[in-house]
Amino acid sequence: MNDESGIFLSAVGMIFSLDAALWEIVGLSLYISLMALFLASLLGLPLGSLLAVTRFRGHFFLSILLNAFMGLPPVVAGLFVYMLLSRSGPLGLLGLLYTPSAMIIAQTILIFPIIAALSRQHIENMNREFDHQFSSWGLGLTSRIKTLLWECRLSLLTVLLAGFGRAIAEVGAVMIVGGNIEHMTRTMTTAIQMEISKGNLELAMALGLTLLFLALSVNFMAYSLKAYANRQMGGAL
Amino acid sequence: MILPLKLENVCYQHQNSRHDDRMEALKNINISFEAGIKTVILGPNGAGKSILLKLCHGLLEPTEGHLYWNNLSPEEIRKNQAMVFTKPCLLNRSVWENLDYVLKLQKISREERDKKTTDILNRFGLSALKERAALQLSTGEQQRLSFALALSFGPTILFLDEPTANLDPRATATIEHLVLQAHDQGTTIVMTTHDLLQARRIADRIIFIDEGRIIEEGNATSFFAAPKSPEARDFLCGRLSE
Repeated sequence: MNDESGIFLSAVGMIFSLDAALWEIVGLSLYISLMALFLASLLGLPLGSLLAVTRFRGHFFLSILLNAFMGLPPVVAGLFVYMLLSRSGPLGLLGLLYTPSAMIIAQTILIFPIIAALSRQHIENMNREFDHQFSSWGLGLTSRIKTLLWECRLSLLTVLLAGFGRAIAEVGAVMIVGGNIEHMTRTMTTAIQMEISKGNLELAMALGLTLLFLALSVNFMAYSLKAYANRQMGGAL
Repeated sequence: MILPLKLENVCYQHQNSRHDDRMEALKNINISFEAGIKTVILGPNGAGKSILLKLCHGLLEPTEGHLYWNNLSPEEIRKNQAMVFTKPCLLNRSVWENLDYVLKLQKISREERDKKTTDILNRFGLSALKERAALQLSTGEQQRLSFALALSFGPTILFLDEPTANLDPRATATIEHLVLQAHDQGTTIVMTTHDLLQARRIADRIIFIDEGRIIEEGNATSFFAAPKSPEARDFLCGRLSE
């Protein structure tokens, strides 16, 4: 048996033996990314909806800004949050640097533009289709947004999955603001980076395989949801 | 009673942002719609029929001129009218849920909504389809549901923008029957169509539009027997000879 296949088999063994160190890291990664997804959705979906159904001063600039920030480099987001939360920063008193909270903030900043910009696109398309009908029914702004969010629910779920995918696979920002502290801020991506540098390839491989499995699961869910939506819409999507 | 609806010197211009010029879609429209009359708006493609309907229904604002309803508040005016579009616009929900949604907008209680939804579905022959996804219905069934949604508001005046344009003869006959039934129950009908035979079957009054202007207007029987304007004569001849 050569080295590579030995590492691979050990990694698989670690996953199935429910290695405590491995699953602690996986659990923390999921917690941070899901919390970031929740917060980014809370902010991004209403903003995306507003941009989709209203026009106001600065609308064009805000739309461009959101689109541009979809490609925000994680290290830049990390640096921004670091400066904000560092002891001399404006929010330094909160003592959040090198805690999971700081990592959640950084990931929220990273995926918020993705959720806002992509949801705006979906909702805008739907609103264009329903505009006259909704006006005819006398829908106000709030009812219109609520109805559009519900009508776009399946497309928006794929947007949320895209946001989650970005968060869970991100390494730069969480490394800067989390510090990769064992039992506290160590996530899958930061751990992989560290274990490779230490030469502990079994654990790095086990984490990599788990991350790959999560990424595949996210894509599988997105694909299944689209197929389900297509069936629901009678093949209209 | 919100009728009559009067349009005085109404113009509508499309803004062509690419060339920063304006395209006049309706020019100096002076017309009124009285209660209880079935009006059909006829005219070639691009004549401005749909725009006229959307202006009347309040979906578009005239660039010049005014619309006068019979001294009611904007909210009352809105509540007393409804519109059926060429392409059915339905929510991605079941037939029942579509109707329930529209009744909920009218702030009707849960119990009353359930009763009313059952009544409307029976009246429009949609009871057997109530659990089906609205978007999986045939186009004819979808248009019937659109019609039911519009009539659930109990409108005094119903605007119909070529409601049978995409339907087969059987579905067309069903919609025409529903239009006449709504009229018999007291709803004033204003409808656009390309179908001259349909216009003959439905209209009490014809408004003929060409290039954004009202060319001719009057009693349907007289219009089809002896159109006064050369444009209407050409239109009828061209159409009837097809």
